Amino acid sequence: MKYLHLIWAALFRRKTRTILTLVSIIAAFLLFGMLDAVRTAFDSGNQSIAGVDRLVTSSRYSIIQPLPESLKTRIAAIPGVRDVGHANWFGGIYQDPKNFVFSYAVSPNYLDLYPEIHLPAGQRKAFDDNRTGAVIGDKLAQKYGWKVGDKIPLQSTIFPQKNGSKTWTFDIEGIFTVEKGAANGLDQMFMLHWKYFDEANAFGNGTVGWYIDRLTDPALGDRVAHAIDALSANSDHETKTQTEQAFSASFAKQLGDIGLIVGSIMGAVFFTLILLTANTMAQAVRERTSELAVLKTIGFSSRSVLALVLAESVLLLMIGGVVGLGVAAVLAPAIGKGSGGMINLPPVGAGSWAMGLGLMVLIGLVVGALPAWRAMRLNIVDALAGR
Amino acid sequence: MRKFKSFLRGLGLVAIVIVGLVIWSRLPWPAVLLLVVLLALWLVLTRRGRQTLSITSVGISTLRQRIGASLVVVVGIAGVVGVLVAMLAMGEGFQSTLQQTGSDDTAIVLRGGSNAELNSVLDRDSVNVVVQAPGVARSADGKPVASAEQSVVANLPKRSDASVEANVPIRGVGDEAWTLRPNVKIVQGRRFKPGLRELVVGQGAMRQFAGLDVGRQLRLAGQEWSIVGEFTSGDSHDSELWGDAQTVASAYRRGSSVQSVTVRLTSPQAFDAFKAALSSDPRLKVDVSTTREYFSKQSENLTKVIRVVGITVGVIMAIGAIFGALNTMFAAIAARAREIATLRAIGFRGLPVVVSVLMETMLLALLGGVLGGLISWLIFNGYTASTLGANFSQVVFQFKVSPELLWLGIKWAMAIGFVGGLFPAVRAARLPVTTALREL
Repeated sequence: MKYLHLIWAALFRRKTRTILTLVSIIAAFLLFGMLDAVRTAFDSGNQSIAGVDRLVTSSRYSIIQPLPESLKTRIAAIPGVRDVGHANWFGGIYQDPKNFVFSYAVSPNYLDLYPEIHLPAGQRKAFDDNRTGAVIGDKLAQKYGWKVGDKIPLQSTIFPQKNGSKTWTFDIEGIFTVEKGAANGLDQMFMLHWKYFDEANAFGNGTVGWYIDRLTDPALGDRVAHAIDALSANSDHETKTQTEQAFSASFAKQLGDIGLIVGSIMGAVFFTLILLTANTMAQAVRERTSELAVLKTIGFSSRSVLALVLAESVLLLMIGGVVGLGVAAVLAPAIGKGSGGMINLPPVGAGSWAMGLGLMVLIGLVVGALPAWRAMRLNIVDALAGR
Repeated sequence: MRKFKSFLRGLGLVAIVIVGLVIWSRLPWPAVLLLVVLLALWLVLTRRGRQTLSITSVGISTLRQRIGASLVVVVGIAGVVGVLVAMLAMGEGFQSTLQQTGSDDTAIVLRGGSNAELNSVLDRDSVNVVVQAPGVARSADGKPVASAEQSVVANLPKRSDASVEANVPIRGVGDEAWTLRPNVKIVQGRRFKPGLRELVVGQGAMRQFAGLDVGRQLRLAGQEWSIVGEFTSGDSHDSELWGDAQTVASAYRRGSSVQSVTVRLTSPQAFDAFKAALSSDPRLKVDVSTTREYFSKQSENLTKVIRVVGITVGVIMAIGAIFGALNTMFAAIAARAREIATLRAIGFRGLPVVVSVLMETMLLALLGGVLGGLISWLIFNGYTASTLGANFSQVVFQFKVSPELLWLGIKWAMAIGFVGGLFPAVRAARLPVTTALREL
């Protein structure tokens, strides 16, 4: 630590060069921050802790096949199932097709299945009592400035009402908040009553999109899943029951291999970065040959010279990397707002920070290794003589 | 005062860069060619030009000594161009797959308000009205060339990773589907027989999903289906499985309703009349569009997102690469400061110095651009991928690295080289001769 100012002075010996290198590093880590945030957002279905005690039962053949509502009581009778709720995809849009609203038509007990959703008791009661009521996540409310008591017209991309109108009007009765660690997007949800939906909807009456089965004990998952699927085996509505995480992960995977694309971009970026920084470091050390020789003359051991050069390159990477990730953390929500919600970048999470810091140190060591090795092996007499 | 002057000069340079980039981004290739020719003429014919040429040749001949630093410019720019071209090739491939699917002389009829087949339902009576509408082409035996179709989705494991199940579209088609889409050709096996539980599989679907080989059995809607053929169409139907509409409908309990009707029109001009007839018919509540319009619309959103993401990533990487190039070129100028000062002392002017440094950087950039484009062409041209399309099912498409994209990549590379070279070049030309000569 006592050498910090020495390292600092060496780093900014050539201001222009260091700053130019820093900007490249910042750009690389800015990209890393944003891309890694995207990647974790797609993976987060797998990682959220909330909801380990929930299973999703959907049609075995595809999610678009509805299931009969009558299955509910039979699922509820299976030992190990605490509660069963169900939902339908509503496919709502608000005013313009690009304002897509994640809207589900849900059973009355659906909110009870999600203890991570907090809705004030008064609002919950108002929602239960109003047939055309709806509750929404706080992020969604923020996005469109909706308040409790508003009447919101949503168009369904799929379901017209019996009277032929595609516009459904709902009363916002409550705005809920979501605990940290819950699955992504829950705070963007719009929930309406399945009963209203089913009665007014022109198609597919008496059917539900999928069931959510809450277990008494997460360990029973496999057994209960088999029991539920056995209920409808060989019928025209065979089901497939899986954990909520697996269910949402399967959606993300369908979009294509996000991991691969993000991974290859990051590979290209970091490869370039390593080359670039290594070049800078090599230049910096080559220029300072005589200074390093002086250091050695006045008693610095070869090893501490090695450490000094390595520390310099790690410090360079750290400064650039932290600034870059910081910019990404600020920029990600800004882009989301700027694009009107069309592109939703999740914030840079702790995982990305940890991985980023690890990468900074690693790349710092890699690019510093060769110059540091050279500095360590430096022969004082030759170096001072400029040979 | 001097500080203020140099500040103004810096500002002026930035302005030149911005204006230059804006013009450059709009320049069509003939204009670029013209510029290159003009530059070559200037280099060869004028005194200044010849001076430039000789300075450049010195710079290039010493490149080998600065190989590490020069490689940084080349590789950095190659990275930018490679990633940019690959991302845009993905968007382009997706778009062209869907756009090719449609044509102007076929129309698709869906229930009013449903923007994809999956959301649509038409009953038998409506279908009969639609196929009898004016403008529908008729086959030799007088039947309307129309196919009332089912569109359902099945969950199948992917070939690359059996644990990933994805939605595969299954299309139940009428007898006329083959005449309606003449580009659909059976390449292996035979067509399905109406009334039997048989399927033919698109080439793209067969490659992406496991268990779709000809001769295999497939369990759908609780019944065994056999796969009797493979077809290719070169468009988004390649991602589909086709079966007989009636059989699919009964398996999925759709009754007599269908989801869409596709008809061949007598000519593209007949579309307006066809649409008007259906819109004014009180028995119907349908949306009518040409298939080209319908499929183009499906690709719009995703293509836009891919473009935005690709260009954002490209811009950020380009910033990194510009600063890498700046670094390298500043170092190169510093190493050659004496030589450049000597040249200026014996009468070379500033302009040839500026141009020669710029030319050197842009040459490196061009190399990087070509390299990046080449790599992404080699890896990604024709790379098959699939994603979730508008019908909530997989669309198989191929990356398409078109010449336009490669040209775009090269233009980006040149722009990066220009910005990365301009500032060092100006510094080289402005360095006071005496200071530079005294250095070292």
